[in-house]
Amino acid sequence: MPAVIDVRELRTHIVTRWATIKAVDGVSFALEEGETLGLVGESGSGKSMTCLSIVRLVPRPAARIVGGAVRLDGDDLLAKTDAEMQQVRGRKVAMILQDPMSSLNPVFSIGMQMREPLAMYHDLRGGAVAARAAELLAAVRIPSPAARLRAFPHQLSGGMRQRVVGAMAIAGPPRLLIADEPTTSLDLTIQAQYLGLLKELQQRHRFAMIFVTHNLGIVARTCDRVAVMYAGRIVEMGPVRRIFTEPAHPYTRALIASIPRFGARRERLTAITGQPPDLAHLDAGCAFAPRCPSAFDRCAEMPAEADITPGHTIRCWLHGQA
Amino acid sequence: MGRPDGNGAPLLEVRDLTKHFLVRRGALGWSTGVVRAVDAVSFEIPTGSTLGLVGESGCGKTTTSKLILALETPTAGSIRFEDREVGALDREGRRVYRRAVQAVFQDPYASLDPRMRVGAIVAEPLVINAGLDAAGRRRRVLDLLDLVGLPARAATLYPHEFSGGQRQRIAIARALALSPRLVVLDEPVSALDVSIRAQILNLLADLQRQLGVSYLFIAHDLAAVGHMSHTIAVMYLGKIVEVGGADAVALAPKHPYTKALFAAALPIELDQPREEITLSGEVPSPLAPPGGCRFHPRCPFAMPHCATDEPALRRESGRLVACHLY
Repeated sequence: MPAVIDVRELRTHIVTRWATIKAVDGVSFALEEGETLGLVGESGSGKSMTCLSIVRLVPRPAARIVGGAVRLDGDDLLAKTDAEMQQVRGRKVAMILQDPMSSLNPVFSIGMQMREPLAMYHDLRGGAVAARAAELLAAVRIPSPAARLRAFPHQLSGGMRQRVVGAMAIAGPPRLLIADEPTTSLDLTIQAQYLGLLKELQQRHRFAMIFVTHNLGIVARTCDRVAVMYAGRIVEMGPVRRIFTEPAHPYTRALIASIPRFGARRERLTAITGQPPDLAHLDAGCAFAPRCPSAFDRCAEMPAEADITPGHTIRCWLHGQA
Repeated sequence: MGRPDGNGAPLLEVRDLTKHFLVRRGALGWSTGVVRAVDAVSFEIPTGSTLGLVGESGCGKTTTSKLILALETPTAGSIRFEDREVGALDREGRRVYRRAVQAVFQDPYASLDPRMRVGAIVAEPLVINAGLDAAGRRRRVLDLLDLVGLPARAATLYPHEFSGGQRQRIAIARALALSPRLVVLDEPVSALDVSIRAQILNLLADLQRQLGVSYLFIAHDLAAVGHMSHTIAVMYLGKIVEVGGADAVALAPKHPYTKALFAAALPIELDQPREEITLSGEVPSPLAPPGGCRFHPRCPFAMPHCATDEPALRRESGRLVACHLY
């Protein structure tokens, strides 16, 4: 099956007066229809910057996409003009962000803000717009959708707001949905509802999904594959089951081992020593080496991406290197 | 049940603790309603032990912690600390109490004054309370920094020179400055990077073993709560619905809400079959909580009398549960 989204050697740098930060440094992955990739890593690892680069919304002028390719159904997004990108964003590629209030305008009713993209992209007019908007709200399980169109964002709960954002995201319907920590601001039981809803929408519309999170439990439940990012690079990527049962990269291993589990009460957690890397002052070699228990002299050089088994790739001198 | 390090006498004993907030509307500020933020909550924390308090936003966790920190006055009920009624303490007694009960908050970026050096931040409680001279305070600060795993030179630096995990260590050092008996930990690791959380949780566990301090641990991360706590209390709309030994509550929950909460906590074991309960609907407004059992509108097992009779906490398989199913 051809890839819906194919990201190759993507590089996004942030230039400040003091240093150039390689926020995304050679990231490659591809996703098929209906497939979900979990993008995990700590803050500053480049997860969100990768997503923003795909839709070309990196904070300019400081951040710049300096290399690589992003193909959506074979179409190079990095070669498009700004006007052409407008037709991609919100339509072929949709985004759900962590805080629904950053996606919704507080001074317009839900119906007003849903109307704009529907009129612009789908050429709907008059009553047809309201009908379609209500249909979308019903699809994300919002009770009495027609009445909700007149509501303002502040009149809805956090879970309902995030559902409205979801309704707008599937209006396309999109080929790719980027969900950047979509449930982090929601309560646990509401989070479970929302994850179920996203999977259901994906089954119906067959979009590819990039799911950014730092919660490995959510990855285990919602993703097919997982990519672990550290300091702007994917250090390990593979099927979820494989990564959780046989993690190969020392960082992935440590990350999984450091999570408290039920029933292992008050045993010492395996902590990762040291601090997250300072992206402005990275050495030439593997960025995890200073915190890595297995580091050796070769780690002063940057390991290339290599296959352990087909579909399970890693950047580490301990594995799969010639 | 959950008091391995203590000798059995509870350090803190909370009985029927209640806090109502009046809701005022309009120009005259007349009261138009009552939010029962905490409603007849009872629990105890033995010396050297940890009580984990879990529940979704608005369930009353934070109000409970504020009542214990004496930042709010209870509407009714009692808080007994070292066998003395906190509400009946005199001025001096309250001063002693406030020294003995300290807090660490979620955001180490907001809880440390950016214009003070770390040494001054950690020494601040000592200036007011401990009666040490300047040299004594300096020694104590260095001891505290060492205790939380920071180098002595940290004292001369400012908070912005530290990462999130190190800042949380500073906040912990400050909380420990007056040798408290109880520390309220309100989401102590949720603002930290995942790779740093285990370091801080290990540090908190080590400090408890070394100092015999008790913790009230409040967090959304149920795996962390399960890991840290001896006892877990689950709150829903101001009420405790289940309380008991951490393993019993986390691994074999009885109350339907606890089951749903721990099912939603998504442990990463891929093959471990779990009882899946996804709740429909949202938490009702605490201004108008449902009658009977407050959970019944969302409960998949609700029976007719759940809407009318409020269940009391009853003993069931080694813990207390407030549910008509048992």
